[in-house]
Amino acid sequence: MEPEAQSGQTGAPAPCALFLAFLSIALSGFGGVLPWARRMLVDNKAWLTPEAFNETLALCQSLPGPNIVNMSIVVGSRFAGARGALAAFAGLTGAPVVIVLVLGLLYGHFGALPRLQGAILGLGAAASGLVAATAAKMATPLLRRRPLLAAPFMVLAFAGVGLLHFPLPWVLLALAPISVAAAWRWRE
Amino acid sequence: MKPISQTLTTLFVQFAILSLLAFGGANAVVPEIHRQAVEMNHWMSDKDFAALFAIAQAAPGPNFLISTLVGWKAAGLPGALIATAAMCAPSCLFTYWILKIWDRYREAPLRIAVGAGLEPVTVGLVSASAWLLARGADHGWRLGAVTAATGLVAYFTKFNPLWCLAAAGGLGLAGVFP
Repeated sequence: MEPEAQSGQTGAPAPCALFLAFLSIALSGFGGVLPWARRMLVDNKAWLTPEAFNETLALCQSLPGPNIVNMSIVVGSRFAGARGALAAFAGLTGAPVVIVLVLGLLYGHFGALPRLQGAILGLGAAASGLVAATAAKMATPLLRRRPLLAAPFMVLAFAGVGLLHFPLPWVLLALAPISVAAAWRWRE
Repeated sequence: MKPISQTLTTLFVQFAILSLLAFGGANAVVPEIHRQAVEMNHWMSDKDFAALFAIAQAAPGPNFLISTLVGWKAAGLPGALIATAAMCAPSCLFTYWILKIWDRYREAPLRIAVGAGLEPVTVGLVSASAWLLARGADHGWRLGAVTAATGLVAYFTKFNPLWCLAAAGGLGLAGVFP
Protein backbone atom coordinates (compact mmCIF):
# COMPACT_ATOMS: atom_id res chain seq x y z
CA MET A 1 0.00 0.00 0.00
CA GLU A 2 1.42 3.33 -1.03
CA PRO A 3 0.23 5.58 1.83
CA GLU A 4 1.75 3.17 4.33
CA ALA A 5 5.32 4.34 3.87
CA GLN A 6 4.14 7.92 3.92
CA SER A 7 2.38 7.91 7.27
CA GLY A 8 4.83 5.48 8.87
CA GLN A 9 2.11 3.06 9.90
CA THR A 10 3.06 -0.46 10.81
CA GLY A 11 -0.33 -2.20 10.58
CA ALA A 12 -3.82 -1.37 9.37
CA PRO A 13 -6.36 -1.62 12.21
CA ALA A 14 -10.07 -1.95 11.41
CA PRO A 15 -12.64 0.64 12.58
CA CYS A 16 -13.58 -1.59 15.52
CA ALA A 17 -9.99 -1.72 16.79
CA LEU A 18 -9.71 2.05 16.33
CA PHE A 19 -12.89 2.57 18.35
CA LEU A 20 -11.60 0.44 21.22
CA ALA A 21 -8.14 2.02 21.21
CA PHE A 22 -9.49 5.57 21.36
CA LEU A 23 -12.07 4.58 23.96
CA SER A 24 -9.25 3.32 26.13
CA ILE A 25 -7.22 6.51 25.50
CA ALA A 26 -10.19 8.64 26.53
CA LEU A 27 -10.87 6.70 29.72
CA SER A 28 -7.26 6.72 30.93
CA GLY A 29 -6.79 10.36 30.00
CA PHE A 30 -7.42 12.15 33.26
CA GLY A 31 -6.08 15.68 33.11
CA GLY A 32 -4.58 15.39 29.63
CA VAL A 33 -5.12 12.82 26.94
CA LEU A 34 -2.08 13.29 24.71
CA PRO A 35 0.46 11.29 26.77
CA TRP A 36 -1.98 8.38 26.77
CA ALA A 37 -2.54 8.68 23.04
CA ARG A 38 1.21 8.42 22.52
CA ARG A 39 1.47 5.43 24.83
CA MET A 40 -1.37 3.62 23.07
CA LEU A 41 -0.62 4.43 19.42
CA VAL A 42 3.18 4.25 19.53
CA ASP A 43 4.15 1.98 22.44
CA ASN A 44 1.27 -0.47 22.88
CA LYS A 45 -0.18 -0.90 19.41
CA ALA A 46 2.81 0.24 17.33
CA TRP A 47 0.38 1.68 14.78
CA LEU A 48 2.56 4.77 14.44
CA THR A 49 6.31 5.27 14.64
CA PRO A 50 7.45 8.01 17.07
CA GLU A 51 8.24 10.23 14.08
CA ALA A 52 4.83 9.65 12.53
CA PHE A 53 3.21 10.46 15.87
CA ASN A 54 5.08 13.77 16.20
CA GLU A 55 4.24 14.73 12.69
CA THR A 56 0.57 13.86 13.14
CA LEU A 57 0.55 15.90 16.34
CA ALA A 58 2.09 18.88 14.56
CA LEU A 59 -0.67 18.70 11.96
CA CYS A 60 -3.36 18.43 14.63
CA GLN A 61 -1.91 21.35 16.56
CA SER A 62 -1.91 23.64 13.56
CA LEU A 63 -5.59 22.96 12.85
CA PRO A 64 -8.53 24.35 14.85
CA GLY A 65 -10.28 22.09 17.35
CA PRO A 66 -9.07 19.97 20.26
CA ASN A 67 -5.75 18.36 19.25
CA ILE A 68 -6.69 14.89 20.39
CA VAL A 69 -10.04 15.00 18.58
CA ASN A 70 -8.23 16.01 15.40
CA MET A 71 -5.81 13.16 16.00
CA SER A 72 -8.66 10.65 16.17
CA ILE A 73 -9.84 11.94 12.78
CA VAL A 74 -6.37 11.85 11.21
CA VAL A 75 -5.37 8.43 12.53
CA GLY A 76 -8.81 6.93 11.89
CA SER A 77 -9.04 8.18 8.34
CA ARG A 78 -5.45 7.28 7.41
CA PHE A 79 -6.02 3.69 8.50
CA ALA A 80 -9.64 3.09 7.54
CA GLY A 81 -11.07 6.08 5.70
CA ALA A 82 -14.22 7.89 6.77
CA ARG A 83 -15.48 4.89 8.74
CA GLY A 84 -12.22 4.72 10.64
CA ALA A 85 -12.38 8.43 11.42
CA LEU A 86 -15.94 8.10 12.71
CA ALA A 87 -15.07 5.03 14.79
CA ALA A 88 -12.02 6.66 16.38
CA PHE A 89 -13.95 9.87 17.08
CA ALA A 90 -16.88 7.99 18.62
CA GLY A 91 -14.51 5.96 20.78
CA LEU A 92 -12.75 9.08 21.99
CA THR A 93 -15.76 11.25 22.76
CA GLY A 94 -18.72 9.00 23.62
CA ALA A 95 -17.80 7.81 27.10
CA PRO A 96 -16.35 11.12 28.37
CA VAL A 97 -19.50 13.00 27.33
CA VAL A 98 -21.67 10.52 29.27
CA ILE A 99 -19.38 10.66 32.30
CA VAL A 100 -19.22 14.44 32.42
CA LEU A 101 -23.01 14.66 32.13
CA VAL A 102 -23.43 12.25 35.04
CA LEU A 103 -20.97 14.36 37.07
CA GLY A 104 -22.85 17.51 36.07
CA LEU A 105 -26.14 15.93 37.11
CA LEU A 106 -24.67 14.91 40.48
CA TYR A 107 -23.37 18.45 40.92
CA GLY A 108 -26.83 19.80 40.10
CA HIS A 109 -28.39 17.60 42.80
CA PHE A 110 -25.78 17.67 45.53
CA GLY A 111 -23.82 20.80 44.64
CA ALA A 112 -25.39 22.75 47.49
CA LEU A 113 -23.79 20.53 50.16
CA PRO A 114 -21.09 22.64 51.82
CA ARG A 115 -18.44 19.90 51.72
CA LEU A 116 -19.04 19.26 48.04
CA GLN A 117 -18.95 23.00 47.40
CA GLY A 118 -15.55 22.98 49.04
CA ALA A 119 -14.34 20.10 46.88
CA ILE A 120 -15.54 21.85 43.72
CA LEU A 121 -13.82 25.07 44.80
CA GLY A 122 -10.58 23.15 45.29
CA LEU A 123 -10.95 21.39 41.93
CA GLY A 124 -11.60 24.69 40.19
CA ALA A 125 -8.53 26.31 41.70
CA ALA A 126 -6.36 23.34 40.72
CA ALA A 127 -7.86 23.21 37.21
CA SER A 128 -6.97 26.85 36.58
CA GLY A 129 -3.43 26.10 37.77
CA LEU A 130 -3.22 23.26 35.22
CA VAL A 131 -4.24 25.59 32.42
CA ALA A 132 -1.62 28.11 33.57
CA ALA A 133 1.03 25.38 33.47
CA THR A 134 -0.10 24.38 29.96
CA ALA A 135 0.25 28.00 28.84
CA ALA A 136 3.70 28.25 30.41
CA LYS A 137 4.81 24.98 28.80
CA MET A 138 3.67 26.23 25.41
CA ALA A 139 5.31 29.63 25.94
CA THR A 140 8.75 28.47 27.11
CA PRO A 141 10.11 26.89 23.90
CA LEU A 142 8.45 29.57 21.80
CA LEU A 143 10.06 32.44 23.73
CA ARG A 144 13.39 30.66 23.61
CA ARG A 145 13.22 30.16 19.85
CA ARG A 146 12.03 33.58 18.68
CA PRO A 147 11.26 35.93 21.57
CA LEU A 148 10.95 39.13 19.54
CA LEU A 149 8.43 37.68 17.07
CA ALA A 150 6.38 35.78 19.64
CA ALA A 151 6.19 37.92 22.78
CA PRO A 152 4.27 40.91 21.36
CA PHE A 153 1.51 38.72 19.92
CA MET A 154 1.30 36.62 23.07
CA VAL A 155 0.93 39.72 25.22
CA LEU A 156 -1.60 41.36 22.90
CA ALA A 157 -3.75 38.20 22.69
CA PHE A 158 -3.64 37.83 26.46
CA ALA A 159 -4.52 41.47 27.10
CA GLY A 160 -7.24 41.64 24.46
CA VAL A 161 -9.13 38.60 25.69
CA GLY A 162 -8.07 38.32 29.33
CA LEU A 163 -7.94 41.95 30.46
CA LEU A 164 -10.04 43.94 27.98
CA HIS A 165 -12.63 41.18 27.37
CA PHE A 166 -12.79 41.70 23.61
CA PRO A 167 -14.62 38.92 21.72
CA LEU A 168 -12.13 36.24 20.78
CA PRO A 169 -12.98 36.14 17.04
CA TRP A 170 -12.06 39.83 16.72
CA VAL A 171 -8.80 39.39 18.58
CA LEU A 172 -7.92 36.40 16.43
CA LEU A 173 -8.86 38.18 13.21
CA ALA A 174 -6.85 41.26 14.21
CA LEU A 175 -3.71 39.52 15.45
CA ALA A 176 -3.37 36.30 13.43
CA PRO A 177 -2.83 37.91 9.99
CA ILE A 178 -0.15 40.28 11.34
CA SER A 179 1.52 37.49 13.28
CA VAL A 180 1.51 35.20 10.23
CA ALA A 181 2.83 38.02 8.06
CA ALA A 182 5.62 38.66 10.56
CA ALA A 183 6.48 34.94 10.66
CA TRP A 184 6.58 34.97 6.86
CA ARG A 185 8.70 38.13 6.61
CA TRP A 186 11.30 36.94 9.13
CA ARG A 187 11.16 33.21 8.40
CA GLU A 188 14.28 31.19 9.10
CA MET B 1 -37.27 32.94 29.59
CA LYS B 2 -36.35 32.49 25.94
CA PRO B 3 -37.87 29.55 24.04
CA ILE B 4 -35.69 26.45 24.07
CA SER B 5 -35.31 26.35 20.30
CA GLN B 6 -33.76 29.80 20.38
CA THR B 7 -31.29 28.76 23.07
CA LEU B 8 -30.38 25.64 21.07
CA THR B 9 -29.79 27.72 17.96
CA THR B 10 -27.61 30.14 19.89
CA LEU B 11 -25.61 27.23 21.34
CA PHE B 12 -25.13 25.65 17.95
CA VAL B 13 -24.02 28.83 16.18
CA GLN B 14 -21.68 29.92 18.97
CA PHE B 15 -19.92 26.61 19.42
CA ALA B 16 -19.71 25.94 15.68
CA ILE B 17 -17.85 29.25 15.27
CA LEU B 18 -15.61 28.54 18.27
CA SER B 19 -14.85 25.08 16.88
CA LEU B 20 -13.18 26.66 13.86
CA LEU B 21 -11.40 29.30 15.97
CA ALA B 22 -10.06 26.88 18.58
CA PHE B 23 -6.45 26.84 17.44
CA GLY B 24 -4.50 25.18 20.21
CA GLY B 25 -7.52 23.31 21.52
CA ALA B 26 -10.59 24.11 23.57
CA ASN B 27 -8.63 25.87 26.32
CA ALA B 28 -7.89 28.73 23.94
CA VAL B 29 -11.58 29.55 23.55
CA VAL B 30 -12.58 29.21 27.21
CA PRO B 31 -12.62 33.02 27.68
CA GLU B 32 -15.07 33.33 24.81
CA ILE B 33 -17.25 30.47 26.12
CA HIS B 34 -17.21 32.23 29.48
CA ARG B 35 -18.11 35.59 27.93
CA GLN B 36 -21.01 34.10 25.98
CA ALA B 37 -22.35 31.88 28.77
CA VAL B 38 -22.00 34.28 31.70
CA GLU B 39 -21.95 37.84 30.38
CA MET B 40 -23.99 37.71 27.17
CA ASN B 41 -26.61 35.01 27.69
CA HIS B 42 -26.70 34.76 31.49
CA TRP B 43 -26.96 30.98 31.42
CA MET B 44 -24.97 30.76 34.66
CA SER B 45 -23.02 32.73 37.25
CA ASP B 46 -19.27 33.17 37.29
CA LYS B 47 -19.11 30.68 40.16
CA ASP B 48 -21.16 28.08 38.27
CA PHE B 49 -18.83 28.41 35.31
CA ALA B 50 -15.79 27.82 37.50
CA ALA B 51 -17.50 24.74 38.98
CA LEU B 52 -18.45 23.33 35.57
CA PHE B 53 -14.94 23.90 34.27
CA ALA B 54 -13.57 22.08 37.30
CA ILE B 55 -15.88 19.13 36.62
CA ALA B 56 -14.90 19.07 32.94
CA GLN B 57 -11.21 19.02 33.90
CA ALA B 58 -11.72 16.29 36.47
CA ALA B 59 -13.57 14.02 34.04
CA PRO B 60 -11.49 11.79 31.77
CA GLY B 61 -11.26 12.64 28.10
CA PRO B 62 -10.64 15.58 25.79
CA ASN B 63 -10.90 19.12 27.13
CA PHE B 64 -13.85 20.22 24.99
CA LEU B 65 -16.14 18.80 27.70
CA ILE B 66 -16.72 22.30 29.09
CA SER B 67 -18.89 22.91 26.01
CA THR B 68 -20.96 19.81 26.87
CA LEU B 69 -21.61 21.14 30.37
CA VAL B 70 -22.35 24.69 29.24
CA GLY B 71 -24.89 23.29 26.76
CA TRP B 72 -26.40 21.15 29.49
CA LYS B 73 -26.69 24.10 31.88
CA ALA B 74 -28.25 26.28 29.17
CA ALA B 75 -30.76 23.82 27.73
CA GLY B 76 -30.60 20.40 29.38
CA LEU B 77 -29.68 17.21 27.52
CA PRO B 78 -30.53 18.55 24.03
CA GLY B 79 -28.33 21.54 24.78
CA ALA B 80 -25.47 19.28 25.88
CA LEU B 81 -25.65 17.21 22.70
CA ILE B 82 -26.02 20.22 20.39
CA ALA B 83 -23.13 22.08 22.03
CA THR B 84 -20.88 19.00 21.88
CA ALA B 85 -21.71 18.30 18.24
CA ALA B 86 -21.24 21.95 17.28
CA MET B 87 -17.90 22.11 19.11
CA CYS B 88 -16.58 18.99 17.33
CA ALA B 89 -18.16 18.67 13.89
CA PRO B 90 -16.83 21.75 12.06
CA SER B 91 -13.21 21.27 13.12
CA CYS B 92 -13.40 17.51 12.50
CA LEU B 93 -14.78 17.98 9.00
CA PHE B 94 -12.13 20.61 8.32
CA THR B 95 -9.40 18.25 9.55
CA TYR B 96 -10.75 15.39 7.46
CA TRP B 97 -10.79 17.60 4.40
CA ILE B 98 -7.41 19.25 4.92
CA LEU B 99 -5.73 15.89 5.53
CA LYS B 100 -6.02 15.17 1.82
CA ILE B 101 -3.91 18.17 0.86
CA TRP B 102 -1.69 18.35 3.95
CA ASP B 103 0.93 15.88 2.76
CA ARG B 104 1.46 17.88 -0.41
CA TYR B 105 2.08 21.18 1.41
CA ARG B 106 3.78 19.93 4.55
CA GLU B 107 7.09 21.62 3.73
CA ALA B 108 5.62 24.67 2.01
CA PRO B 109 7.05 27.89 3.53
CA LEU B 110 3.63 29.54 3.65
CA ARG B 111 2.12 26.66 5.62
CA ILE B 112 5.02 26.81 8.07
CA ALA B 113 4.58 30.58 8.42
CA VAL B 114 0.86 30.14 9.16
CA GLY B 115 1.68 27.62 11.90
CA ALA B 116 4.45 29.80 13.33
CA GLY B 117 2.25 32.91 13.25
CA LEU B 118 -0.73 31.27 14.95
CA GLU B 119 1.38 29.80 17.75
CA PRO B 120 2.07 32.94 19.86
CA VAL B 121 -1.55 34.10 19.52
CA THR B 122 -2.70 30.69 20.75
CA VAL B 123 -0.34 30.81 23.72
CA GLY B 124 -1.67 34.26 24.62
CA LEU B 125 -5.24 32.96 24.46
CA VAL B 126 -4.49 29.96 26.68
CA SER B 127 -2.82 32.34 29.16
CA ALA B 128 -5.97 34.46 29.12
CA SER B 129 -7.99 31.31 29.88
CA ALA B 130 -5.81 30.56 32.87
CA TRP B 131 -6.12 34.14 34.10
CA LEU B 132 -9.92 34.25 33.79
CA LEU B 133 -10.37 30.79 35.31
CA ALA B 134 -8.13 31.63 38.26
CA ARG B 135 -10.01 34.87 38.78
CA GLY B 136 -13.29 32.95 38.90
CA ALA B 137 -11.93 30.17 41.11
CA ASP B 138 -9.60 31.83 43.59
CA HIS B 139 -11.66 33.26 46.40
CA GLY B 140 -9.20 33.84 49.22
CA TRP B 141 -5.53 33.02 49.64
CA ARG B 142 -5.99 29.30 50.22
CA LEU B 143 -7.54 28.70 46.81
CA GLY B 144 -4.96 31.02 45.29
CA ALA B 145 -2.26 28.87 46.87
CA VAL B 146 -3.86 25.73 45.37
CA THR B 147 -3.78 27.32 41.90
CA ALA B 148 -0.15 28.37 42.32
CA ALA B 149 0.95 25.00 43.72
CA THR B 150 -0.85 23.05 40.99
CA GLY B 151 0.63 25.28 38.31
CA LEU B 152 4.16 24.85 39.66
CA VAL B 153 3.85 21.07 40.09
CA ALA B 154 2.38 20.64 36.60
CA TYR B 155 5.06 22.85 35.06
CA PHE B 156 8.15 21.54 36.82
CA THR B 157 7.36 17.85 37.44
CA LYS B 158 5.99 14.89 35.49
CA PHE B 159 3.39 13.88 38.08
CA ASN B 160 0.04 12.90 36.65
CA PRO B 161 -2.04 16.08 37.04
CA LEU B 162 -4.88 13.96 38.37
CA TRP B 163 -3.04 13.82 41.71
CA CYS B 164 -3.20 17.61 42.00
CA LEU B 165 -6.91 17.61 41.25
CA ALA B 166 -7.51 14.79 43.74
CA ALA B 167 -5.52 16.56 46.46
CA ALA B 168 -7.34 19.84 45.88
CA GLY B 169 -10.72 18.10 45.90
CA GLY B 170 -9.74 16.23 49.05
CA LEU B 171 -8.74 19.42 50.83
CA GLY B 172 -12.11 20.88 49.86
CA LEU B 173 -14.01 17.83 51.15
CA ALA B 174 -12.09 18.19 54.41
CA GLY B 175 -13.51 21.69 54.73
CA VAL B 176 -10.32 23.69 54.17
CA PHE B 177 -11.92 26.16 51.76
CA PRO B 178 -14.55 28.66 52.87
